[in-house]
Amino acid sequence: MILKEEIMGRTLAEKVWEQHVVRRAEGEPDLLYIDLHLIHEVTSPQAFDGLRLAGRKVRRPDLTIATEDHNVPTLLGPISDPVSKTQVETLRKNAAEFGIRLHPMGDAGQGVVHIIGPQFGLTQPGMTIVCGDSHTSTHGAFGGIAFGIGTSEVEHVLATQTLPAYRPKTMAIEVSGELPAGVTAKDLILAIIAEIGTGGGQGYIVEYRGEAVRKLSMEGRMTVCNMSIEAGARAGMIAPDETTFAYLKGRPHAPEGEAWDQAVEYWTSLRTDDDAVFDKVVHIDASTLTPYVTWGTNPGQGLPLGESVPDPESFADPVARSAAERALEYMGLRAGTPLREIEVDTVFVGSCTNGRIEDLRSAAEILRGRQVTTRTLIVPGSMMVKRQAEEEGLHEVFKAAGAEWREAGCSMCLGMNPDTLKPGERSASTSNRNFEGRQGKGGRTHLVSPQVAAATAVTGRLTAPADL
Amino acid sequence: MEAFTTHTGTAVPLRRSNVDTDQIIPAVWLKQVSRTGFEKGLFAAWREDPTFVLNDPSYEGASILVSGPDFGTGSSREHAVWALQQYGFRVVIAARFGDIFRNNSTKMGLLPVVLPAERVEALQAAVEADPKLEVTVDLGERQVRWAGEVVAFEIDDYTRWRLTEGLDDIGLTLRHADDVAAYENGRQPWLPTTV
Repeated sequence: MILKEEIMGRTLAEKVWEQHVVRRAEGEPDLLYIDLHLIHEVTSPQAFDGLRLAGRKVRRPDLTIATEDHNVPTLLGPISDPVSKTQVETLRKNAAEFGIRLHPMGDAGQGVVHIIGPQFGLTQPGMTIVCGDSHTSTHGAFGGIAFGIGTSEVEHVLATQTLPAYRPKTMAIEVSGELPAGVTAKDLILAIIAEIGTGGGQGYIVEYRGEAVRKLSMEGRMTVCNMSIEAGARAGMIAPDETTFAYLKGRPHAPEGEAWDQAVEYWTSLRTDDDAVFDKVVHIDASTLTPYVTWGTNPGQGLPLGESVPDPESFADPVARSAAERALEYMGLRAGTPLREIEVDTVFVGSCTNGRIEDLRSAAEILRGRQVTTRTLIVPGSMMVKRQAEEEGLHEVFKAAGAEWREAGCSMCLGMNPDTLKPGERSASTSNRNFEGRQGKGGRTHLVSPQVAAATAVTGRLTAPADL
Repeated sequence: MEAFTTHTGTAVPLRRSNVDTDQIIPAVWLKQVSRTGFEKGLFAAWREDPTFVLNDPSYEGASILVSGPDFGTGSSREHAVWALQQYGFRVVIAARFGDIFRNNSTKMGLLPVVLPAERVEALQAAVEADPKLEVTVDLGERQVRWAGEVVAFEIDDYTRWRLTEGLDDIGLTLRHADDVAAYENGRQPWLPTTV
């Protein structure tokens, strides 16, 4: 076993990285072993083609798992778009040909790739996890290094189970204090991105630390790590602790018996040493935060819900100013309008950011006994989440409120399936990106927490639960 | 991968920041299962605006894209790189890139060049003043040159070597298959498998 000698003063990221170095040579990137490779239909077809062209096999199909998520319709029935259908069928053929476990549409294990990994217990502390999807950073919530890759790298991992990579620098985001009642993990990460900007994390692995982070549930931690990429960081991570172990225990792929004890002993060592030094440290005071919402077209353009649409002239940096001008034009907003007065056409609760059971519970709590006044889509992140929500009766709450209860998938997060905004339509969305056209060409997106989404569904304009 | 040594061509200034990969190639284009035909989707939404810079005939044939900061943020879609290459770009110059996009580019032979923001602006202004300005991107010397200006850029030796030789990463890694096998023998016994 390659257990490196205990060296003082290492960060969590450094420990996990070192554990996975297959080969290190002067002047070359490290060759890093990959413990788990997640696959979906969008970024894999050309990678499998590459393998076939070169006559290569998948080195470790037993460390690879595939699901269908981006293209799948969330209403029952077959895929009507022939191009989407071909892509999904291509994944099925590739999975069969290369011997990879696949959870297809209709399967009880199907769901958004970043939701099902943790649910199966495949995502564990100290692992390296990759996927041809930038929100792979989600899995870092368990204390591993998890990051998104492109199709060339997908092919590389399929063929070799490794990746050549330079170790990124390390950044600590220290979140002191406690999140006030009604302020969520989503608000925290939106506030962090607004603080450091969409480029602030470029070149870093971020470790989220501090009291407020420790107090988050596993699902809240996943929400935070999920959006690391929106701050530019390819990976975000949180040291494993009792919360992590409690979440994992008993899951289908979690270790059992003696192996569990061994694993927990190792996992407990996965924390940044007291004398370790980060390349950069950012401090956030959780106790001052309130519900956050984005007003622009990148996730860094966010503000507390109590504020107003900013005046581009208020930005000293000319690049930020012109970005704000362009964003207001695209979003159809006027400077000075209170964010609470912005009316929406659609509310979307779901995605790899906020499509887990706790997200659905918190939305249901607000919608219980109330009526939505706008189109509201509730899309569970996986079939397992869907089943659990139905066992808890949450679907009845949503339906009674007039919301639509859908099948699992990525859905309106990126509108590759039929769930899209029409040009000019505006959403309050629990997803992760407010880019131009992200939810449909010409669509306008405000990123919010599930609680704000649910309250907004009731009033038809951006609303915090406390306002109801 | 197409080898990259030195490239001389004309440039097009894209005066926008946070050009995310959803703008470079919208999601609807990602449904294709082939690697070709993505040039039609490049900046598809923006190109509908006749005033968008890529619709300006004076920049026709440009092979160097000079963008505002944070180019290629967001989604990991390598389709963004394919779209830029298939449209005819060999180089993108910006003050900052999204990490995944930058990585994807170097796997495909599209050169991402980081220059200081004020040098990017200077190049944009020079190109706007003369759209036919010849710009040379010299990977061997790690320089961008135009109209007497010489600006150095950084790129690590290994990536530069791989790009100049046009080497396939998988082939390089497979030379170390024994190291991978040795590592696998020492992996922690509790680590999960998907079977």
